[in-house]
Amino acid sequence: MRVNRRKFLQGTAAAAAAGAFSGPAFADDPIGVASIHDLSGGLDIYGKPMVDALTLAVEEANAAGGLLGRQIKLINYDTQSNMQLYTQFAQQAALKDKVAVVHGGITSASREVIRPVLDRFKTLYFYNTQYEGGVCDRDQFDTGVTPAQTVEKLVPYAMKKWGKKVYVIAADYNYGQITSQWVKKYVTENGGEVASIDFFPLDVTNFGSTISKIQAAKPDFVWSALVGGAHISFYRQWAAAGMRKSIPMASTTFAVGNEHIVLSPEECNGMLVCYNYFQDLKNKTNEAFVAAFHKRFGADYPNVTELAMGTYQGFRLWAEGVKKAGSVDRMKVIEALETGISIDAPSGRVTIDPPTHHCILDVHIAEVNDKKLNVLEDFSQQKPSDTAAVCDLIKNPNDNQQYVIKI
Amino acid sequence: MDLIVLLAIQVIYAIASLALISVGLAIIFGMMRVINLAHGEFLMLGGYAAIVATSHGVSIWIAMLVVAPVVVGIIGVIVERTIIRFLYGRMIDTMLATWGLSLFLVGLTTAVFGNTTVGISAPLGSFQIGAYRTSGYTLFVIAVALVLLGGIFAVLRWTRLGLIARGTMQNANMAAALGVNPPRVYAVTFGIGAALSGLAGAVLAPVSGVFPTIGVAYVAKSFITVIGGGAAILTGTVSASALFGTINQIATFATTPVFGEVALLATAIVLIRLLPQGITGRFFRRGL
Repeated sequence: MRVNRRKFLQGTAAAAAAGAFSGPAFADDPIGVASIHDLSGGLDIYGKPMVDALTLAVEEANAAGGLLGRQIKLINYDTQSNMQLYTQFAQQAALKDKVAVVHGGITSASREVIRPVLDRFKTLYFYNTQYEGGVCDRDQFDTGVTPAQTVEKLVPYAMKKWGKKVYVIAADYNYGQITSQWVKKYVTENGGEVASIDFFPLDVTNFGSTISKIQAAKPDFVWSALVGGAHISFYRQWAAAGMRKSIPMASTTFAVGNEHIVLSPEECNGMLVCYNYFQDLKNKTNEAFVAAFHKRFGADYPNVTELAMGTYQGFRLWAEGVKKAGSVDRMKVIEALETGISIDAPSGRVTIDPPTHHCILDVHIAEVNDKKLNVLEDFSQQKPSDTAAVCDLIKNPNDNQQYVIKI
Repeated sequence: MDLIVLLAIQVIYAIASLALISVGLAIIFGMMRVINLAHGEFLMLGGYAAIVATSHGVSIWIAMLVVAPVVVGIIGVIVERTIIRFLYGRMIDTMLATWGLSLFLVGLTTAVFGNTTVGISAPLGSFQIGAYRTSGYTLFVIAVALVLLGGIFAVLRWTRLGLIARGTMQNANMAAALGVNPPRVYAVTFGIGAALSGLAGAVLAPVSGVFPTIGVAYVAKSFITVIGGGAAILTGTVSASALFGTINQIATFATTPVFGEVALLATAIVLIRLLPQGITGRFFRRGL
């Protein structure tokens, strides 16, 4: 058949007409869920487990018949540890894919990049990472732990064990800056003293003079809020200088990127951490979850991280909200979630705290021991009291900012 | 007093590591005038070579001091034969080509090794200085830098190979007229520059760990050092490393690592403003 101009126009017109009619969504169209995480670049140590957990959560939901009778379609965006891509992909997810919800953001910097974008385009946003607290935004839910849930527990525990003088080292961006202030607050409240707070850009790899400085300050222990691949070298240099045995360490970030598996036991045994989830938690839901996870991603999967569990729980909470609302409409789901929805999750019971949009959940203190995290103490059902002190979205639904601790 | 000794060791260590990461570039850029933007990736490949060899049961010393430079040296010769040799004298084109090479190497290592930080524990343990402790490996890095710089000096100054290399870089046509084969000299020199980078990357791997994009952390500092050093590659690298390393460490110790980096960069800017030809453009002009 020869294609002349007339035939070509007839054909394209027909195709265009067919396209126009297929526009409106049918009831059995899949529900779009966007995942915006760093799957490459320096932060992929955090992003990969998060996306795996989200994939499993979506597959489980689809196997159980989907949501509201519709299948769920997971749309993955890899932000490559690049802040500009966060803006771009958040816009694509909201405007092009018109997703029902976005799960994503790893560093607090990336969250603050996509939060205004999703606010503007009225797309529901779940941030599933443990972070410095204080975000107050009705469009967003935060399923990770915040300093009042972790730092508040770990500071007195570590001070009782090791002593009152603390040296804080932290990554130099909003997470490290704000978290270190929380550490200072709790140390002071417990009658201790912060010798110094040092910040490091994310690409610093030589910590030699800092290690000398810490020795000169003679703290009872060091608090690390270091982030990312380059900062792992701090722990190596610390151990190589023979310091691990003389000055112990506690952290709000260690093991979140499986640092305890990357490093050798001689480099990090004895470090204390505090999170919502540990893979070895003993409860039926968790054992079933870990079995399903290993079946899906292989039994040699190194470790299900805090952030992976946050993402899994974040999706489950959203799905509960959708079921309760009977719709994926943003406002209806927010109102359903604000009734204080709970799920029985692998980390224990997780409940949305309506005024803050954060979560009430269990936390545990654990110790690094031979590439494992051994749980030492449990704290049941902790409230996000740091954010609650400043944020009440029931009273002020239009509040939209991140409150920052002032000392 | 103990603290001063400890600080002095840190300063010398900073100088040594700057010299280590720059010396390969000094040869490739300083001698051959090739702006090698893939320099950081040569360091990164050296680190991976050492770590892969160690995990296959090779002794860590052999892995760092033999395997890494040999592997990266061979890669360097291949790169020179397939890419660089067509681009001598075309500075902008070399920059583009080596930048492309850098992206390619980052992508390739990410595909092969993944993007997680890998590393080996530093051997040699730690030692005591009064009330303070520091890593024995620090002294090893300093020693490697000294031996390396001494070796390069000896080769360039006293051997026929060094003489031929220097002659070819100064005037390739004249060298060719005297029976030297310049393409071969270029390939060998580029290979040696790459091998030195590989060695440096391997020696620093236990300190900083290795991941595919670690080259970025090195490449800017090496260029600043080499350009700050000026025309005499060896004297220049050593004097610029000494200046930048000292300022960086003292500023880091006195304030924070952020200001340490700022101080280093500020010094570099002032230096290039005052001495556009680098340190050896004004001082030590007869150096090597």
